[in-house]
Amino acid sequence: MSTLFEKIGGEAAVNVAVDIFYRKVLSDDSISHFFETTDMAAQHAKQKSFLTMAFGGPNDYTGADMRKAHAPLVEKGLNESHFNAVAGHLQSTLEELKVPADLIGEVMAIAGSTKDDVLGK
Amino acid sequence: MAKITYGDHHLQTEDGESVLDTLLRNNIDAPYSCKAGVCQTCIMQCGSGNLPEASQQELKENLRKQGYFLSCQCYTDNDLDIKLPDSDQLFVSANLIEKETLSPTVVRLRLQTATPLYYHAGQFINVKRADGLIRSYSLASLPSEDNLLELHVKRMDNGDMSHWISETFNVGDSIEIDGPVGDCFYSSVTPSVPMLLIGSGTGLAPLIGILRDALHNNHIGPIYLYHAAFTEEELYLDIEIKSLINNANNVHYKPVVTKHMTEDYVVTGRSCEVALVEHPDLKDWQVYICGAPNMVKFMQQRAFLAGASMNNIHTDPFESKELRTEPRDS
Repeated sequence: MSTLFEKIGGEAAVNVAVDIFYRKVLSDDSISHFFETTDMAAQHAKQKSFLTMAFGGPNDYTGADMRKAHAPLVEKGLNESHFNAVAGHLQSTLEELKVPADLIGEVMAIAGSTKDDVLGK
Repeated sequence: MAKITYGDHHLQTEDGESVLDTLLRNNIDAPYSCKAGVCQTCIMQCGSGNLPEASQQELKENLRKQGYFLSCQCYTDNDLDIKLPDSDQLFVSANLIEKETLSPTVVRLRLQTATPLYYHAGQFINVKRADGLIRSYSLASLPSEDNLLELHVKRMDNGDMSHWISETFNVGDSIEIDGPVGDCFYSSVTPSVPMLLIGSGTGLAPLIGILRDALHNNHIGPIYLYHAAFTEEELYLDIEIKSLINNANNVHYKPVVTKHMTEDYVVTGRSCEVALVEHPDLKDWQVYICGAPNMVKFMQQRAFLAGASMNNIHTDPFESKELRTEPRDS
């Protein structure tokens, strides 16, 4: 019986997905300003961590970490529409990679479970 | 809040400040330059205390084991006992063998060390003057072909070190160097992929090293080199490049003169945009971007959006300590 992370392709899947996902996010004018940074490589690494977690992989994230990390963005106006936009890009990335629908559903459920922590609710 | 012991100084960090910030706030003349964790000028050594991962992650394993860390990246609640590294542990002496003027603002230095430095063309070294001033310069030389280390130094309006190098540092003099540092160098793993080399000003120095490394390794894929400079005169290697690539059918060189571009265009880092206009799909390409930080940041993002994988985009932004807008008085 294999885990979600194994079924989806593990770290290799994360590596393929992260560039696609990160490009979608940067190209979306409604959210790209939240990703303004001087260190793209560091932010890319954060996206990898996020995807690893969303794919059911090993991660160190706690709800408190997510809250603290996103609090400055919430101050700047981060809201549900932005969260949904990012979630949408995650979904379309998985569809582009032809991940089976049931696995996409599992990933989206994990990602969705972070909403309150990300938005500081 | 952490207690930092530095010699006779007993300091307290404040919330959100790095160890470097603490030292500077207390008027301690700690070395630093880029404050971005890149140049390693701020390297110090920790005698006791637990260092945060982020303050050591860029350093080589043997340095980490000895407690070296970058003070500008050290944010901690742990008490630390710190000192400057002993000079001879990190730095070696180098003699200036050749000095050549390449343009009104750029000189080429060729340095010799007592024992050969193990490096890749495109990495950089830290150069330390007798009074302790440290600055980073990228290597244009190729270890397999050159006995001497080659640097290209541009006299910057804000530049203490570059003015000294230009006016006072002469053949026969010596300085200390540390390094090499950095991961902006050629890899022969993918010899048939296209390469895009983009540089502004003396960003050309690491790119020339990388280009020569690629040719030395018989890189088959096409290589496109773009060099942006303010005037034609500042295309300081124009003739040498043309000569170098005379027999290399796969290398294409395009100089870009920026003096007629609008200030806004250049300040936002778009001086080399032509490279992306001419090559809009960078999937599987190896991309190297070196020089002015604004240009490097802009091109890195655009190259990524054009399909280059983040792992295949290698950058060498020339972060400098002071970004004054007026030239020096003297």
